[in-house]
Amino acid sequence: MAINLDENSKVLVQGFTGQIGTFHATDMIKYGTNVVGGVTPGKGGSKHLDLPVFNTMKEAVEATGANASIIFVPPPFAADSIMEAADAGIGFCVAITDGIPSQDMIRVKRYMRRYKAGEKMLLTGPNCAGSISPGKCMMGIMPGHIYIPGPIGVVGRSGTLGYEAADQMREIGVGISSSIGIGGDPINGSSFKDHLMKFEEDPETKAVIIIGEIGGPQEVEAALWAKDNMSKPVIGYIAGLTAPKGTRMGHAGAIISAVGDSAAEKVEILTECGVHVVPNPASFAPVVKEVMAKIG
Amino acid sequence: MDIHEYQAKEILSDYGIPIGAGGLAYSPEQAAYRATEIGGEVWVVKAQIHSGARGKAGGIKVCKSEDEVSKAAEELLGKKLITHQTGPQGKICHRLYIEAGCNIEREIYLAFVLDRANESVTVVASAEGGMEIEELAVTKPEAIFKISVDAAVGMQPFQAREIAFALNLDKSQVNQAVTTFLGCYRAMRDLDANMVEINPLVVTKEGNIIAVDAKMGFDDNALFRHSNIAELRDKSQEDAREMRAADRGLSYVGLDGNIGCIINGAGLAMATMDMIMHAGGEPANFLDIGGGASAERTAKAFNLVLSDDSVECILVNIFAGINRCDWIAEGVVQAVKSIDLKVPLVVRLSGTNVEAGQKIIRESGLPIISANTLQEAADMAVDAWKKATGK
Repeated sequence: MAINLDENSKVLVQGFTGQIGTFHATDMIKYGTNVVGGVTPGKGGSKHLDLPVFNTMKEAVEATGANASIIFVPPPFAADSIMEAADAGIGFCVAITDGIPSQDMIRVKRYMRRYKAGEKMLLTGPNCAGSISPGKCMMGIMPGHIYIPGPIGVVGRSGTLGYEAADQMREIGVGISSSIGIGGDPINGSSFKDHLMKFEEDPETKAVIIIGEIGGPQEVEAALWAKDNMSKPVIGYIAGLTAPKGTRMGHAGAIISAVGDSAAEKVEILTECGVHVVPNPASFAPVVKEVMAKIG
Repeated sequence: MDIHEYQAKEILSDYGIPIGAGGLAYSPEQAAYRATEIGGEVWVVKAQIHSGARGKAGGIKVCKSEDEVSKAAEELLGKKLITHQTGPQGKICHRLYIEAGCNIEREIYLAFVLDRANESVTVVASAEGGMEIEELAVTKPEAIFKISVDAAVGMQPFQAREIAFALNLDKSQVNQAVTTFLGCYRAMRDLDANMVEINPLVVTKEGNIIAVDAKMGFDDNALFRHSNIAELRDKSQEDAREMRAADRGLSYVGLDGNIGCIINGAGLAMATMDMIMHAGGEPANFLDIGGGASAERTAKAFNLVLSDDSVECILVNIFAGINRCDWIAEGVVQAVKSIDLKVPLVVRLSGTNVEAGQKIIRESGLPIISANTLQEAADMAVDAWKKATGK
């Protein structure tokens, strides 16, 4: 088991024929992801990487039976592509694109409210490195080889910091069930809590690492939920202890602009909620080891 | 991107927000002329810098004669103003806004912000204007009134009326207030602003409503579709190094420490800075060189970090996903050879092609300290910095 993506995922690539789409689609296919085709408006009917290209997502889903999609569409058009995926009945969507205007994302979120809970597409990102269920499916731009299968769920904002955690897990021989990137934007498709809920239900996952950062309320929301609803241990880290107030640290969403946005405040609340907060980002491995020893 | 008060007022005025008579000035003569043009007996000379709390920093002067206006302008132009928002380096005032004074009866706080929790625009208002909202949120949270706007239909008149009545406005002022609130929302939506703040929105003794200050911030990611807004950028108000970095496709934030950082990924960059702090050092900067960093971009990153004189050691930490360690290593070696590096350099490479990358560093013959893990990297950087500086 895993969450969101596995060997049954049939993946479409939106922005398939572009340079970035081509590069990462090739990489995903090499990893073993079942990529069934892609969409580039105007190039429908042609073949790319030996796979069919379609003009619209609806056509693509109808022809391939795809249930997942990954988006490499440039920022001005990416929000539109997300809504197109939702409308075509895609179940799980990864938006890699960095630089989508916030108000476009607000519109996307508002649009998604038209779907009933069970029929709503699960969106991760934008501005993320994607998701991976090691050995089963990779939908993203990460180096797949550093992830080994195992019992730890990971959900985080940052790509490279997620790699760091995965690498530390590999060093101690502890694998990952699924690693989910939710992205560094202020308005994102799904939150830490959305994925914690799924990891709690996933029999393969024994503990979950959440990798957060400064800015926004989602880390705290997740911790408060976990405190009352989660039976599995949660390990957490918040990046940005040295970040000054009011300055954007790379990610559009990594900015301390309100009470509760700073790393120190988040760490305090996470700790109060029973999250095992790692003292520094080099300590994922020892803390996970300790937590795993406790639960046997 | 932030803009000046006078620019925000010009924009908001087009959306029906009432503002006082005013004009821009670049010299004391121009300031006095503006005062004559505006007429009346009281003028306010306002320093145009990208910061709030200008009053406390001496950037706003009330004048009773054209002579006073000219003197105030003389004093403010070219002056460095330091507020809690500018940081200790302050911001230099190059432009003034001369505005007609008004008789203030009461002051209201009004802001439109992108609310991350509700994933919508939220209107924040308070009858306790003139105060900093952060302060008010702590001392008197019950005085803050909030409304969330549905993105599908936009702000509705009933919501604007609710705010107006919550602010205890006189019924003769409600219509004017509703126009103001709805106008601010439309400006925010049309122009992809992420913040509109009017503090204070003033009710005059004559019973009129006037935006006495105005602040707008825009979503950098949406500037591509608002060239008229992008043109309002005032580079003199932004950190020179951050601007230069942005021009080179790098994301840089200058800080007060001594250990320069070159890292890929915003999250890993923040985490590495945290590690430096844990190891007993202080980072000099945040720098994300991004995915697919070429040798050329790596060299630019070195130049940028070294342009900060307080940098006494450099830490490069790359976890290669899209990047390849051998490319980064080439870039580091080329950069070090070309710039005559005088400070210690610690490099940690991990991920794709790590062995090839480490080999390039090892065989370069350069005095580069190689680290394997994040922990080692931070420890070695702080050690090297201490040894090099005797601190």
